[in-house]
Amino acid sequence: MNRPFPHAGLRPRGVGVGQRRREAIITFLLRVSAFTGVAGLLLIMVFVFMGALPVLVDPETQKEAGLAAFFATPLWQPVGDIPKYGLTPLLTGTLKVVIVAMLFAVPIGVLSAVFASEFAPPRLRELLKPAIEILAGIPSVVLGFFALIVTASWVQAVTGSVSRLNALNAGFALALGIVPVIFTVCEDALRAVPRSYREASLALGASRWQTAWSVTLPAAGAGVAAGILLGLARAVGETMIVLMASGNAALISASPLDSARTLSASIAAELAEVVVGSPHYSVLFFLGALLFVTTFIINVFAGLFIERLRQRLRGA
Amino acid sequence: MSAPIFAAIAPLRRVRRTDVLGSLFSGVSGLAALFVVLMVLVIMGNIFYFGWRTVTWEFLSQSPRAGMTAGGIFPAIFGTAALVILMVVVLIPFGVGAAIYLNEYARPDSWFTRVVRFSVNNLAGVPSIVYGLFGLGFFVQFLGRHMDHAMGLDVVWGQPALVWAALTLALLNLPTVIVTTEEALRTVPGEMREASMGLGATRWQTIRHVLLPQAMPGILTGAILSVARGAGEVAPIMFTGAAYFLPYLPTSPTDQFMELGYHVFVLATQSPDVDATRPLLYGTVMVLLLLTFALNLAAIVLRSRLRARLAGRT
Repeated sequence: MNRPFPHAGLRPRGVGVGQRRREAIITFLLRVSAFTGVAGLLLIMVFVFMGALPVLVDPETQKEAGLAAFFATPLWQPVGDIPKYGLTPLLTGTLKVVIVAMLFAVPIGVLSAVFASEFAPPRLRELLKPAIEILAGIPSVVLGFFALIVTASWVQAVTGSVSRLNALNAGFALALGIVPVIFTVCEDALRAVPRSYREASLALGASRWQTAWSVTLPAAGAGVAAGILLGLARAVGETMIVLMASGNAALISASPLDSARTLSASIAAELAEVVVGSPHYSVLFFLGALLFVTTFIINVFAGLFIERLRQRLRGA
Repeated sequence: MSAPIFAAIAPLRRVRRTDVLGSLFSGVSGLAALFVVLMVLVIMGNIFYFGWRTVTWEFLSQSPRAGMTAGGIFPAIFGTAALVILMVVVLIPFGVGAAIYLNEYARPDSWFTRVVRFSVNNLAGVPSIVYGLFGLGFFVQFLGRHMDHAMGLDVVWGQPALVWAALTLALLNLPTVIVTTEEALRTVPGEMREASMGLGATRWQTIRHVLLPQAMPGILTGAILSVARGAGEVAPIMFTGAAYFLPYLPTSPTDQFMELGYHVFVLATQSPDVDATRPLLYGTVMVLLLLTFALNLAAIVLRSRLRARLAGRT
């Protein structure tokens, strides 16, 4: 038998029973701490879904807020004599803000990553990377504040929109929040592409941009896709920026110049005033479950892309 | 004989036309990068320009007055400190323990390791507002209520409190600490483990006396990053313990508290007098930014030292 570590089964000499027991206890404790990650994720799932459960199974709650009620009315008016829980304005609002954010963040994030890894002279790169790290370190409540106080006026001045706070403003601020995510993952992927790829392409007479466009980017494609997906998941779940910058009116409108209310912002704005166990409480947990499932799926796909990139570059 | 020469010339001709496209592409990518740098400068410039006058010793050391249109932010600073200290105390043992287990004990391909890694990766992607819901549903409503019930108390634990907010944030930051600690453990050469074991040290002795001292910068990096993030996250603590305004400082883990990030949100959106609040708002944002930047900078410096060690080894 060829065991890789012949000493693994041997016990160090002079180790007593007490010490062996201590080792076993410590191993157990470390195992338990490793398990907290699993337990945490499970608990989040269980308790968010349990909070949302009455929407699906409790007839009392369903009278006001069942799955059917979510799409029976176009109105989101959870507070009032007859509460209305129409999800359509929240879903369209979320979609609108996220699309605007991605329209800004994907080109900016991916292109600046290409710039940093392919074109930038070292000096410029040393300026760009700390800028991205600073942006990543800005708390989302500060970006929300900036959107509320500063960019909202810019957006209104440029577009002449009626409401100062709208989906365009929120989307722009949200883009600032997710650019670092997209940039970091994309740049890592681009830099993981072996030098020999670029050298071969340049030696064949391709210019630098041709190399970047038709060799490096495709080789790092799965990583770029992962970066975009991780950015998307962040955009869908991000709360404070949207809460402060979007105006929070629950409208059904396709115009980015109208105010928008997202799923996450509804939870943040309403949960504090809600009676625990009421239909409204369950509906907000249902929105949370929706966010959890959506971002979970997106993140799993992003993980698959990263795995694919790893295998591809390892094979190369 | 002439065919290969033409074949070589033809692409060269095309290069001329595509050169315009090419410089456009690299130009646009440069513009994207420039835009990011400019936005960062604008944000920082705006906040520091309007904020620096407000941030005085009085501002840092006094309580808000006159419906939060005057006075300072001391309770928010104190609450933030209490929050992150409590969080780190819980977070570090679990995070470091998990990283040690994953890196030193577990077989990388065992199902347990895979499940743990999958969970930790996805934990990092859960939206912060969902952490807030979870904190309210699990810690406050479930754990807190049951603790009150078991101890025969009225409502002590079953309400938003410092300890619940700290625990929620600890879970949120668990992936950060695990990842940075593992990164640090990987920089310790395998020979050191073998040398230590060869001298007769047990596994735990090796970890305690060889690995942990070496991995210290990485563990510190993780702790600092999680504090920086914890100080700025608002959504997870909104329902689990943060308060709009409190006339007293938190003295027990079951008290509510004021927090800098939440204070920014409150000043920005709930103020009765926007003009009077604005300087205070800018001042609070500036303090929060300076705090997170100082922490992030410390983490970056520590991490780059660690990476240099790794690079020097290979």
